[in-house]
Amino acid sequence: MTQNTSNVALVGPAAIAENHINSGSNDSSPDSQKAPEQRIRQQSLKQQLQKAERRNRIRAFLLVVPLLLFIGITFVLPISNMLYRSIDNPLISEKLPQTVSALEEWQFDGLPPESAYQALALELVTLHNNKDLAKVASRLNIEQSGMRSLMTRSGRKLNKAFNSGTEIASYPAIEVKAAVIKADKRWGQQKYWASIKNLSGRFTLSYYLAALDLRYDENGDIVSQPENRQIYVPLLLKTLGMSLLITVVCLVLGYPVAYLLATLPDRHSNLLMIMVLLPFWTSLLVRTTSWIVLLQTEGVVNDVLIASGLISERIQMVHNMFGTVVAMSHILLPFMILPLYSVMKSISPSYMRAARSLGATPAHAFIKVYMPQTLPGIGAGALLTFILSIGFYITPALVGGRSGQMISNFIAYHMQTSLNWGMAAALGGILLAVVLLLYVLYNRLAGINTLTAR
Amino acid sequence: MSTALNHFVSFQNVQKTYDGDNLVVKNFNLDIAQGEFVTMLGPSGSGKTTCLMMLAGFETATHGEIFVDGTPVNNLAPHKRDIGMVFQNYALFPHMTIAENLAFPLQVRKLPQSVIEEKVKKALDMIELPQVAGRRPGQLSGGQQQRVALARALVFEPKLVLMDEPLGALDKQLREQMQYEIKHLHEKIGITVLYVTHDQTEALTMSDRIAVFNEGVVQQLASPTELYEKPANSFVAQFIGENNKLPGKVAQLDKELCAVNVGSQQVRALPVNISANGDHTTLSIRPERIMLNPSESQCDNRFDAEILEMIYHGDHLRTRVQLMDRDDFIIKVPNASDHMEIRTGDRVTVGWQSQDCRALDAIA
Repeated sequence: MTQNTSNVALVGPAAIAENHINSGSNDSSPDSQKAPEQRIRQQSLKQQLQKAERRNRIRAFLLVVPLLLFIGITFVLPISNMLYRSIDNPLISEKLPQTVSALEEWQFDGLPPESAYQALALELVTLHNNKDLAKVASRLNIEQSGMRSLMTRSGRKLNKAFNSGTEIASYPAIEVKAAVIKADKRWGQQKYWASIKNLSGRFTLSYYLAALDLRYDENGDIVSQPENRQIYVPLLLKTLGMSLLITVVCLVLGYPVAYLLATLPDRHSNLLMIMVLLPFWTSLLVRTTSWIVLLQTEGVVNDVLIASGLISERIQMVHNMFGTVVAMSHILLPFMILPLYSVMKSISPSYMRAARSLGATPAHAFIKVYMPQTLPGIGAGALLTFILSIGFYITPALVGGRSGQMISNFIAYHMQTSLNWGMAAALGGILLAVVLLLYVLYNRLAGINTLTAR
Repeated sequence: MSTALNHFVSFQNVQKTYDGDNLVVKNFNLDIAQGEFVTMLGPSGSGKTTCLMMLAGFETATHGEIFVDGTPVNNLAPHKRDIGMVFQNYALFPHMTIAENLAFPLQVRKLPQSVIEEKVKKALDMIELPQVAGRRPGQLSGGQQQRVALARALVFEPKLVLMDEPLGALDKQLREQMQYEIKHLHEKIGITVLYVTHDQTEALTMSDRIAVFNEGVVQQLASPTELYEKPANSFVAQFIGENNKLPGKVAQLDKELCAVNVGSQQVRALPVNISANGDHTTLSIRPERIMLNPSESQCDNRFDAEILEMIYHGDHLRTRVQLMDRDDFIIKVPNASDHMEIRTGDRVTVGWQSQDCRALDAIA
């Protein structure tokens, strides 16, 4: 409170000083002598103002410090770490340094120079002996199938053929090359060498390429995966499509409810609000599994449909896309209703009355006057629902079956089963990019809306 | 029925209840002639806005009939009534420009685009704001929004315009200016206006007739002059303008004159709504009708008083005196040189004519 009054007190003289300076610049002769004195006064006023505001600023900052720390530790750090992992690629350059440097000059023109064979043989033997070969082999196998067996086999054979690493160095490079190709003739093919060179950098885009169904080919160019191996782009599209469908379903179901909530008398709307919020009191898992109970082939819904004679054969309604959309729409509905409600609550009923007094039918007034004013709510609700649904995991995992899987399920698969964390991180990164893109789009739209509304 | 045909708007025995227990509007009757400016004035919760909403069609009357231009409108939907309406918060559509707002009622009526443009332009010229056509309501000042709301209610040329406290959100100066603007606009267009306000100055300034509401009942329906000069009961006397009240008991009642005992003294007054000797009554006297130190020929009521307080108001001195054991008796003394010598604590004689002292119903 005292802060305020001191600010108010500052406004008066500051404004006067400014006026003086303005008039001074207009007709310079009479006021020019006074100007320096006023400048000093103004400066000191500015300093006072800054001083007064600094305390406020520090206090405000201290108030948000815990939150900033929390967000930093639980949000920014993990996400940065994930994004780092999606491009991080230390293994090859660390474990095969000589091979990598020998391949540096090679431009994917036929087979690499003999020195590369020599370096590879040396490092394969070393890796075989210190048991690091399997790790390197499986990393390379992600890029080029067959690399695992090629690496381990030739490591084992070369170890037998040469007694030690130093011995390899003493042989002429041409003989080593022959020995390597003899150990496995695949070393005579360019694509296996290309896979090593493609992964030789400290950082790589290969995870992102894979997540977009692309890859480096044997010439080091980016090409799309063969059609039978394209899974991620269709998956991403399916995820976006399902999320869009769920958002639309939520909007269609939620809009009338939000309208009722905003317009009914308090007594009724409170009851309705409790019903809207009720799902939040129940565990997500319970809600999802209850849909399995309802929708399964021997479930309640099928029983009712059969009994009523609407269908003659039981329909598969769960463990597919249908089940996922139904269950997720149910779970995400409150996230659509609440933003819509908060916007609708702020729209005065007098707009509708005004429209009707001006001669509009109720439907016309609703569409032309009411709905445009709810656009910010539709935007916020749709964005929230969409973003939540593209990253949704538990429900598709439980009721999705095969066709209802979403991208998050594949992220989980790479985290838990294939242990390809780089891939999981890249998929996550793409999801993050989609969300950010949506946010930017919404921000632009909402910006327009805030101009038009209020 | 004949009254319904003669008058442009007619409320007949209209009642309204929201909860089935209490009547918000009790037996409301009002006839408005074509081109008339009628104001419904009353404290908040007195039922005036409800009456307006019933006429507009946003509330239904639970009893009685409402006629517009001879047709009963009780079962007519609001958008078919062709009544312009100005709302308290203007209700300009925030997502449309001013021009789009003004075009809305015309587009709804499916007028050709060229006609719409012409009418919108004319409406903007009428309110002298042609430059705001492309702006949104949020970019306009309160007064400008008010004018646009008025133009929107008039642009489709309705025969009747309802205004629900349209000036409530403006500051005092702008409010006064808008009062004159609305009054002049009404005179120019000759449209029928039903206006709702709780501000008596507003009502007195603009109206042809004023209906004073209290507790769902019209207390008095009269021209501004009559309302002020001849209030029908003590509520009206108190609600319109300033008023001195003296509670008393009727001692003698004639047709043109009555004597009322106030404390130990007797006051002569004009009987208005008292019926018999012995009735309790409230005497109402306007502060500006009381004279200081009058001569005997000037007035027939003269009493001793003591000056308690004098407040300088520029054109007059607001003087509080002790009179008949009451210390809230107010006299407005004109700021003339011969009255300036009075001081607080002086004993004076005050007096008034019995015609200016109205014996009204007793206040509980």
